[in-house]
Amino acid sequence: MPVSYFLVLSAFLFSVGVYGVLARRNAVLVLLSIELMLNAVNINLVAFSAAMGEAGVPGQVFALFIIAVAAAEVGVGLAVVILIYRNMRTVDVGEMSLMKW
Amino acid sequence: MAETWQEILFWVLAVVMGVSALRVVTTQNVVHAALYLVGTLMGAAALYVLLLAELLAWAQVLIYVGAVVVLMLFGLMLTRAPIGKRSYDNNQRLLAAIVAGGLFAVMSWILIDAFDGQKVHLADAEGTTAESIGDAIFSSYVLPFEAVSVLLLAALVGAVLISRKDEASLVDDPEEGA
Repeated sequence: MPVSYFLVLSAFLFSVGVYGVLARRNAVLVLLSIELMLNAVNINLVAFSAAMGEAGVPGQVFALFIIAVAAAEVGVGLAVVILIYRNMRTVDVGEMSLMKW
Repeated sequence: MAETWQEILFWVLAVVMGVSALRVVTTQNVVHAALYLVGTLMGAAALYVLLLAELLAWAQVLIYVGAVVVLMLFGLMLTRAPIGKRSYDNNQRLLAAIVAGGLFAVMSWILIDAFDGQKVHLADAEGTTAESIGDAIFSSYVLPFEAVSVLLLAALVGAVLISRKDEASLVDDPEEGA
């Protein structure tokens, strides 16, 4: 089975995530799209790991690290979103222009 | 061909994941977006099983589907902003679609060009066990592992600190006034 099947699927999921980040207005939906992108990267790593056979174990180790970092990112990201909602009563990323000059 | 059923399974999973990923970024119901994300993430877990990466598949189910999506649902519930009839998308959808489409075209062209001949041998492979991954983590990758554990602790403490109501300042203020 060609490894490029998995790579193209992963590229598709990544591009869908990019579209979501650019087009969504709700900050939580932007975080969901970021999860899509991180997941696409993991599919890439696991596909290469499987293609390399015995030597591919580090690929899965790094995929595990990415899963852990993604969990941390979601925790902090949602905490920030909830704090912004509490202070500004909105989660619209278009209205969060406090740090723009 | 020895890998026929793997190919069929791959295409089924690819269609399911692609469609639910598209629904994640286009649906106008925030809870449905989170539930479609479950579809994509479970598809990825099934793909890991197909690629003989069992440990990663279970980690995916436990952490992504079990923890991250539930956290997202809590986030959506706690921030039910009065958006009303306004769309969840901004007015740059066309531009975003062009950027994402262009990115997909360039990436798939480069990836197919670069990894054309390589194949994944699934039919006669044994796959990686949790044992070999644990060996790799605790021999070659101890330092990154410890760094990730410290990162998780920092993220945990940071998330709690950011999102709790600021009671300390309420207590401190009278003292400063006095």
